[in-house]
Amino acid sequence: MLDFNLIPLIPEIFMAIIAMGLLIVGVFNGNDSTRVVSWAAAAGLGIAALLLMGLDWQQTFVMSGMFTFDKFAGLLKLMILLGLIISIALSVRFIKQEGMERFEYPILILFAGLGMMIMVSANNFLTLYMGLELQSLSLYVLAAFYRNSRKSAEAGIKYFLLGALSSGLLLFGISLIYGFSGTLDYSMLGNALDGMESIPVGITFGMVFILAGLAFKISAAPFHMWTPDVYEGAPSSVTAFFAMVPKLAAIGLLMRLLFVPFDAATEQWIQIIYFLSLLSMIVGAFAALVQTDIKRLLAYGSIANIGYALIGLVAATPEGAGSVVLYMFIYMIATAGVFAILISMRRGGRAFTKIEDLAGLSKTAPAMAYAMLILMFSMAGIPPMAGFFGKLLVFNAAVDQGYYILATVGVVTSVVAAFYYLKIVKVMFFDEAADAFDGGIPLARRIILFVSVLFAVAFIFKPAVFVENSVNAASALFTE
Amino acid sequence: MDITLTHYLVLAALLFTIGVFGMFLNRKNVIVILMSVELMLLAVNINFVAFSSYLNDLTGQIFTLFILTVAAAEAAIGLAILVVFFRNRGSIAVDDISEMKG
Repeated sequence: MLDFNLIPLIPEIFMAIIAMGLLIVGVFNGNDSTRVVSWAAAAGLGIAALLLMGLDWQQTFVMSGMFTFDKFAGLLKLMILLGLIISIALSVRFIKQEGMERFEYPILILFAGLGMMIMVSANNFLTLYMGLELQSLSLYVLAAFYRNSRKSAEAGIKYFLLGALSSGLLLFGISLIYGFSGTLDYSMLGNALDGMESIPVGITFGMVFILAGLAFKISAAPFHMWTPDVYEGAPSSVTAFFAMVPKLAAIGLLMRLLFVPFDAATEQWIQIIYFLSLLSMIVGAFAALVQTDIKRLLAYGSIANIGYALIGLVAATPEGAGSVVLYMFIYMIATAGVFAILISMRRGGRAFTKIEDLAGLSKTAPAMAYAMLILMFSMAGIPPMAGFFGKLLVFNAAVDQGYYILATVGVVTSVVAAFYYLKIVKVMFFDEAADAFDGGIPLARRIILFVSVLFAVAFIFKPAVFVENSVNAASALFTE
Repeated sequence: MDITLTHYLVLAALLFTIGVFGMFLNRKNVIVILMSVELMLLAVNINFVAFSSYLNDLTGQIFTLFILTVAAAEAAIGLAILVVFFRNRGSIAVDDISEMKG
């Protein structure tokens, strides 16, 4: 029977129409319209979020089961839309200052966002692949968006080559899964695996390939090689986008994949995720120690953070899954604030990204320095900031399931990570003051910074709201 | 001798491995890496079509059409980024993609 219920797809359809409409506006009005197109894109994303909230958040399957919508997808999509709006708001002035104001920029962010929305709702490997590619192809272009920069071009090419390799691995895995189970549908695959006494070797192989492909996308070690180079080379506003949103979507996709169709293979995938998590935490924490560039440091920080988030996946409980969602959200909001400061580091119209450029910031721009202090404390996981609760929940979920080693390594690497986050604080507060940064920070950036700091500080007053919502959303994956 | 599913799978696995090795062992030209990527995707296509025919199920062949389309888009974007890179460096040698390290 044909089902033509497209209602759960309304936000995606709306985003696609907005993106294509703005593309036409941009083509007719040229690069002078970038500012208008950017804010129109942000407004469109806001409307998409409202449409999303107006939907019925019960589990529904549409498009012959290829696309699903439930509480989990709904919550993640709201977070993704928020991240996209922040990314666009951060970049409007920045791309003008850097002389790369071209109207394709916000449109590429919209298309990447559309891909992410499809990723978290995918209920079929074909939907997964199409969503992932729509996102990845837009991101490759964004990484190389600063055409006149040698580093940006290099970042683009590295991201593209390793991204293409990961897509290849993912597809090879999907083809094996298809061959050995005869279906591409998550629900049917789950039922097929439940009915088997042991998981066939072909399925296990396929799953390993798929996980390797996805590990590239979330930059979990040992598949993290591209991350530092891409973060450093890409324009800072694009790096902000990379650090905030795509990983949230990829983690959402990974969670649905592991908990729904591969539920029967939990014993197999836990070993892989356990290894990825352990290695990511260690590589992220120790490699960041020697970095001098803030973007590169944040890249290793994000690798370590993916390690922490994966701890929650290893726990394989609704509480663990909920803590992963919350952890990624807290990290996203803190990253938004850090990048609001990072892209404001300009002297005489030139951008600076080294840690030493922050020297003596507490004397030249005290408000910025204190905001950075709070965000660094939050990222390092020092109580009572939001980041502390994120880590606490994840470790708690792991300890509940008896993964003591993983939780201990997590705590130890957090201490190592605290060293490099606090090094930034030390440079800002105790080093000889460098020249002051240019003033005139745009309003949008100030608002983002303020909200980000407020969230880090005020999270302690109402943690239950966030925890309950994310655990409730994640429990949608564990209904069977 | 009959050609069975296994033969197709072995062929696809070999092509895929050649593609992966081509990406890592090649130290000369980025175009060769793009060719290796294409080889990997085509190996996956062989897998899908072989399984599809074996299972008597069309889904695999439909997936192949999607992969072909996306691979074309991917190649277009890859070459565009490569042109940007060439304009900046005047070279597309793999060894030159190494300004950022650590």
